[in-house]
Amino acid sequence: MAWLGLYNYWLVIFLMMAGFYVVIAHGNMVKKLIGLNVFQTSVFIFYITIAKADGGAPPILTEGLTRYANPLPHVLILTAIVVGIATTAVGLALVVRIWERFGTVEDEQIPDSDDPE
Amino acid sequence: MIEPVALLALAVAVPLLASGIILGTDRWPRVRDTLVVSGAVALLGVAWALFLAFRDGARPRLELTEPLPGLALALELEALGVLLTLVAGTLYAVTAVYAVGYMRANGEPRQGPFHAWFALALAATMGIALSANLFALFLFYEVLTLATWPLVAHHGDEKARKGGRTYLTVLLTSSVGLFLFALIWTWQAAGTLAFTPGGILAGQVEGLSLALLLALYLFGVGKAAVMPVHRWLPAAMVAPTPVSALLHAVAVVKAGVFTLLKIVVYIFGAEWLLSQPSASWGVYVAAFTVVAASVVALRQDDLKRRLAYSTVSQLGYVVMAALVLVPISLVGAALHIAAHAVGKITLFFAAGAIHTAAHKTRVSELGGIGWRMPWTLGAFAVASLSLVGVPPTVGFLSKWYMLLGAWEAALWTVLAVLTVSTLLNTAYFLPIVHAAFFRKEGPVHGEAPHHGEAPAMVVAPLVLTAALTVVLFLFPGLPLTLARAMAGMTS
Amino acid sequence: MTAHLPILPVILPLIAAALCLLLPWARAAWLLAGATTWAVFALAAALIHRVLDQGSLVYALGGWPAPWGIEYRVDALNALVLLVVTGIGAVVMLYARRSVEREVPRSRIPLFYVAYLLALAGLLGITLTGDAFNLFVFLEISSLASYILIAQGPDRRSLTAAFRYLVMGTIGATFILMGVGFLYMVTGTLNLYDLAARLDGVEANRTVRAGFAFLTVGLSLKLALFPLHLWLPNAYAFAPNVVSAFLAATATKVALYALVRFLFTVFGAQDVFQNVPLGTVFLALALAAVFSGSFVAIFQDELKRMLAYSSVAQIGYMVLGLSFASVTGLTATVVHLFNHALMKGALFLAVGCLAYRIGATRMEAIAGLGHRMPWTFGAFAVAGVSLIGLPPTAGFISKWYLVSGALELGWWPVAVLILLASLLALVYIGRVLEAAYFRKPSVAEELQAEAPVALLAPTWLLAGANLYFGLDTRLSAGVAGEAARALLGGPG
Repeated sequence: MAWLGLYNYWLVIFLMMAGFYVVIAHGNMVKKLIGLNVFQTSVFIFYITIAKADGGAPPILTEGLTRYANPLPHVLILTAIVVGIATTAVGLALVVRIWERFGTVEDEQIPDSDDPE
Repeated sequence: MIEPVALLALAVAVPLLASGIILGTDRWPRVRDTLVVSGAVALLGVAWALFLAFRDGARPRLELTEPLPGLALALELEALGVLLTLVAGTLYAVTAVYAVGYMRANGEPRQGPFHAWFALALAATMGIALSANLFALFLFYEVLTLATWPLVAHHGDEKARKGGRTYLTVLLTSSVGLFLFALIWTWQAAGTLAFTPGGILAGQVEGLSLALLLALYLFGVGKAAVMPVHRWLPAAMVAPTPVSALLHAVAVVKAGVFTLLKIVVYIFGAEWLLSQPSASWGVYVAAFTVVAASVVALRQDDLKRRLAYSTVSQLGYVVMAALVLVPISLVGAALHIAAHAVGKITLFFAAGAIHTAAHKTRVSELGGIGWRMPWTLGAFAVASLSLVGVPPTVGFLSKWYMLLGAWEAALWTVLAVLTVSTLLNTAYFLPIVHAAFFRKEGPVHGEAPHHGEAPAMVVAPLVLTAALTVVLFLFPGLPLTLARAMAGMTS
Repeated sequence: MTAHLPILPVILPLIAAALCLLLPWARAAWLLAGATTWAVFALAAALIHRVLDQGSLVYALGGWPAPWGIEYRVDALNALVLLVVTGIGAVVMLYARRSVEREVPRSRIPLFYVAYLLALAGLLGITLTGDAFNLFVFLEISSLASYILIAQGPDRRSLTAAFRYLVMGTIGATFILMGVGFLYMVTGTLNLYDLAARLDGVEANRTVRAGFAFLTVGLSLKLALFPLHLWLPNAYAFAPNVVSAFLAATATKVALYALVRFLFTVFGAQDVFQNVPLGTVFLALALAAVFSGSFVAIFQDELKRMLAYSSVAQIGYMVLGLSFASVTGLTATVVHLFNHALMKGALFLAVGCLAYRIGATRMEAIAGLGHRMPWTFGAFAVAGVSLIGLPPTAGFISKWYLVSGALELGWWPVAVLILLASLLALVYIGRVLEAAYFRKPSVAEELQAEAPVALLAPTWLLAGANLYFGLDTRLSAGVAGEAARALLGGPG
């Protein structure tokens, strides 16, 4: 059962698809943003799990340490998380403004074309 | 004495500058109109100086830029180019006077932009005439199309818009879809696009490919109006008459046949084409155009439309003569460019004069008008004779050379077509002259029942060009020398 | 100072953005932003001059050498892209003062310029960086700033357009991040040039393929390749005019640059086009983009939407050149990247002039305006002719290379399709010009005057550039050719 050993990838794929599904299937913009967050999180987990080395120690400089996890992906993902938060913030700000101007955050209730009042 | 190289630049720059100045002085109509005429006269001076330089053996070359590696935007003095420069320069000077008179007399709107576009179109024509390679020629060719679109759609009503749309669509579709394609193909086959005596494609393209390439050029150069890409020409007749006169009897259509002639002589090489049986079909397409357009012309009642179809047919002559390929026939083709230009511009001028003085546009309304406008209709008669090919007019000369060429090449179809179409020409021109002088005037309707001639500024140019058809018959030395030089015949 | 030349174009707008945030006055913010963009443009000019003179410049950020630190590397390709982006950014700033005052509430204007500078910094960062992860970060900086800029549009639908762009853009960025992750798994490096060298030694395995696929799809989303272009039309149509011009001319181009960089420098043309049928896929998608974009553009009654759809088509041309995987084809791509920025910039600015004067950009509104606003429509006409691809404009040069590229490979049906497609552009540009010049103006428009010089001058600067680069192509096609040869000559 080699594929069970790759369970982290299955998790990533599951999260990715779940998030993607929410983004596509839901007309509610807040839910879309939540889906987007889940989608992004899948990649964070992907990065972090690939940094793990079998039997590796935390990457802190100590005597006799030969096998340790790769610290770089963690650092990268810290940045990516910040980016993700910024995206969510901008997205939510837009949703608030949409609520103010249209009175709804449901995709279907927003007219495709209207003449500005 | 100005350097010949500078003259090359001036030929394009003078009308270009004039165009800008005309637009700038639009607020003062008198100043503007003076500038229109003086710009045209200056251009004529440049054209003449270019001819003199050419006669003295100068072959200047001017390279402006090189937008694509190996493809320079360059100008060069060459026999056929000098001929077109002279024809267009002379007739523009005449037309400028006529245009000013016509636009004033008819109270047309937006005269400033009109004259400006006109001058720009001339700049493009000069560029076409003097291009050193097919790439530069294509560039000016497209500029000419774009610059004349506003002229065609000048009136801005539904009819003008529709005409303008047809004009632009047909010309751009043919040039971008076919001409440009052929151009790039040629470039990849030959590695150059320079106009070279003897051609650049000899041994490079042959058989079926050659037939295809010839077709791309023949139908791609839409301005030559080979059927079925002639539709833009009648559509363009919605334009004010000076436009029809200069652009659609001289600059645009002549640029078209000029381009084809250049391609046959300097790109394919007449000898190479002659040696390839797969290229022989072209002459029949042109022959068909000659006859078919004449037949259509017979049935047109609108005077300008009849003239337009006559133009399609006459352009067919040039293309046909070019594709007969023997040198003497090429001379005929080049000569006919000049002959038809002088004749057809007279006819259009006359049509415009009739429109200005009598507000008549239909052939059937012209009964008895000859006695009211004797100068106009007299000139019309002379020019018709020239287009039919009756001596002592220059049209006879060009037709004579074409007949000689067809004979030498033993192309009996062409001989037959030349004969039949002469009859057809007679059939659609002479009834107009006959009606104008020998039929009773129809019932008067509308305004200006008791009109006389159009204003002098309108009539003088057309008398002048009519006289030119006779003068060129008596003294054909100038165009003949140039034509023979192009065909590689030393006199 | 000159040693730091490669990093300055990124740092300068970042600092200026922070400063701008502190400025309460609209005019001062504009001045600062304007001065910054022009300074960056000058830097870009100096950079390209240096690169053409001395070859690639390499800069180690913070003094950390390449595989460990972040490396900035400037070669002919990104120097040219840099020049385009900064040039458009600077010209648009000239235009921005009057236009933004009209469209954005005064209190928000300084913030508007903050977002503008951030977007610019992000785009320049993508262009200059030699590090895959750094590229992702800059991509997101520029994207986030663009969402904000688009949402400033006067119409309320700009908000939904921005939101939709945000969702699609984030998906694209996440795909890119995923792709970078896969490559890192295989090679343990993020430096683009190091990646290229290490991938060379690796058997093409599924991980590399997956990374490649994720990157390609993600970047295609960002550059709006058909059928991933759905975010683009609304975003460009409802954004403030300045933003439409800026983004249309730069954002998708930079994404395209990133794609070219990954395909040719990192993966190598050999791997991408011979082992994977990417050429065929791109060819099909590009042609679909060209035709669908152009067809839809023909039926638009709103000028900005029309131009947006035309952008979809034009991106198709660029990807088409790429799919040839030949020097001529790639030259066509890069040249068109350059030229299209000029045409679309000029067109959007001209439409902006129109919106400034009559407050509308619909087809019915422009009848007969050609005579009242001769300069505006003159610029539109010049840039439009360039878009169609007729000489003597820049667009013709692109078309020439593209058709030559197709014929070189013997793909003459493709060449025919390219030429046919340019006639579609003729239809939609012709419609506008015909309405503007040959229709009778409605009575209400009798009093309209020409747009102010502050708007016309930048518009004509770009329109004039379309003519100039149609005749003198040493900078555009010359450098593009050099870049294409370097890209196909292998990494480095």
